[in-house]
Amino acid sequence: MLRMNNVSSGYGATTILHDVSLEVKKGEVVTIVGGNGAGKTTTLRTLSGLIDTSAGSITFKDEDITHLPAHQVVNRGITLIPEARQLFPEMTVLENIQMGAYRPAAKSRYEQRLEEVLALFPRVKERLHQQAESLSGGEQQMVAIARGMMACPELLIFDEPSLGLAPIVVSQVFDVVKKIAESGTTVLIVEQNVQQTLKVADRAYVIENGRIVMDGQAQELMGNDHIRKAYLGI
Amino acid sequence: MELIFSLIVNGLMLGSLYAMVSVGLTLIFGITKVINFAHGEFMMIGMMLTYIITTYLGIHPYLTLVFIVPLLFVLGILVQKYLIEPLRNSDEHVQIFATVGLSIAMINLVLMIAGSDNFNTPSSGMRHTLDLGLATVLTGQVVIMLCSIFMVGGLHLFLTRTQMGRAIRATAQNRNAAQLMGINVSRINMVTFGIGIACVGIAAVLLSPLYPVNAQTGQSFVLIAFVIVVMGGLGSITGAFFAALIIGLVDSFTGFYLGSSLKGVAVFGIFLMILIFRPSGLFGKARKLAHVS
Repeated sequence: MLRMNNVSSGYGATTILHDVSLEVKKGEVVTIVGGNGAGKTTTLRTLSGLIDTSAGSITFKDEDITHLPAHQVVNRGITLIPEARQLFPEMTVLENIQMGAYRPAAKSRYEQRLEEVLALFPRVKERLHQQAESLSGGEQQMVAIARGMMACPELLIFDEPSLGLAPIVVSQVFDVVKKIAESGTTVLIVEQNVQQTLKVADRAYVIENGRIVMDGQAQELMGNDHIRKAYLGI
Repeated sequence: MELIFSLIVNGLMLGSLYAMVSVGLTLIFGITKVINFAHGEFMMIGMMLTYIITTYLGIHPYLTLVFIVPLLFVLGILVQKYLIEPLRNSDEHVQIFATVGLSIAMINLVLMIAGSDNFNTPSSGMRHTLDLGLATVLTGQVVIMLCSIFMVGGLHLFLTRTQMGRAIRATAQNRNAAQLMGINVSRINMVTFGIGIACVGIAAVLLSPLYPVNAQTGQSFVLIAFVIVVMGGLGSITGAFFAALIIGLVDSFTGFYLGSSLKGVAVFGIFLMILIFRPSGLFGKARKLAHVS
């Protein structure tokens, strides 16, 4: 479904990603794990068109999307739920969710989709008319996920959804990720919480210093010595 | 008592005129984060065009809205697209210098073509006095007051009730996330700039029957408009509206009690106090400045 072929990218003259290749197949949950500054977020920003690719190519459903700007990538069916939630702080929760359904393909299915999404987040449903910034961190993350789902994406990308959340909320977030995957949406997830992520993922890539250093089935990687030492602390 | 009432009415009339000039400026700043130093010159151009069209076609000045508002809307879009957008990733000082440069270029272009003379648009009945019992006002002032209320109300509804308006607010609040929703941010910036300039175009047409225009006219209005925009809380439309009314009242009262030469001292004295004690504006919440950058 999604392929990155030998992609390099970065900010200005600084190259951060070197020759990254990865693939996400339809219906899979794929994760990219790695430490701080390894290039996880840059990979997602490149994929979603927020920064341009300097070498290599990206295809989605066999169409080239390498140099598309971010808003056109969304229209193709790829939605990124950015790190640190990034809600529209001075809009209500409902307005935030409406913005999620901005792309034409999502607008026509708005009513039905809203019902489906709110069923998944009862807490969000109670707070629809509150200002987004008045919510707790965990609730804001749920709104961010709900907003992302409203676009009816075929590929939903999560950037560190558990960052800065209380442990109980973290497990709720992973439950939601699992439910989204079970409902048939393809998921790419980037996390520092490697243990939890490998449990929900089918396959994983390990990124270090802007290069993919390892990939394989999530289960296998959990038993890998390097992974256990570097990321699981065992 | 009658005097006070009359000063209040005149202050509010003047204030709504300032509001019309300031609304576009605060909208552009709030959404695109560009300080448009050429705002007054767009108004001056609008007034010049009103003068030319009414004089040569002999139509009522207000009818020129049909030409001038769309024209300035397009002009705003072009400026955003070809002047501001290419500078998006440069230092914000560069953007400021670009709009200052545009302002100077526009003034000098008009000076070159028309000289420094004053041009008087025919008043077409807009300078008739209306007796409100306790105060007398000009017909044109009443029109400006009503229109400024419609303009602020209309913009507010547009920004909160329409899909495009929500996309504009979303862009202002988080540019990054807006792109991830599928919003074309450069298009939003162009439309916003266009709307802001179209607003000052409406102001220009409505002002024309009451004020003469020359190449420098924009400068005298825009200075007050900047005070209002800051006072209203940088980017807040309703904030700017009420700030404009306050400045109008201050102008009217100090003009009467202290003399018109001291009006500027009062207005800019208040401006300095606000910058020192409430830099986020009278109505702005302090944190609003956080996502202005």
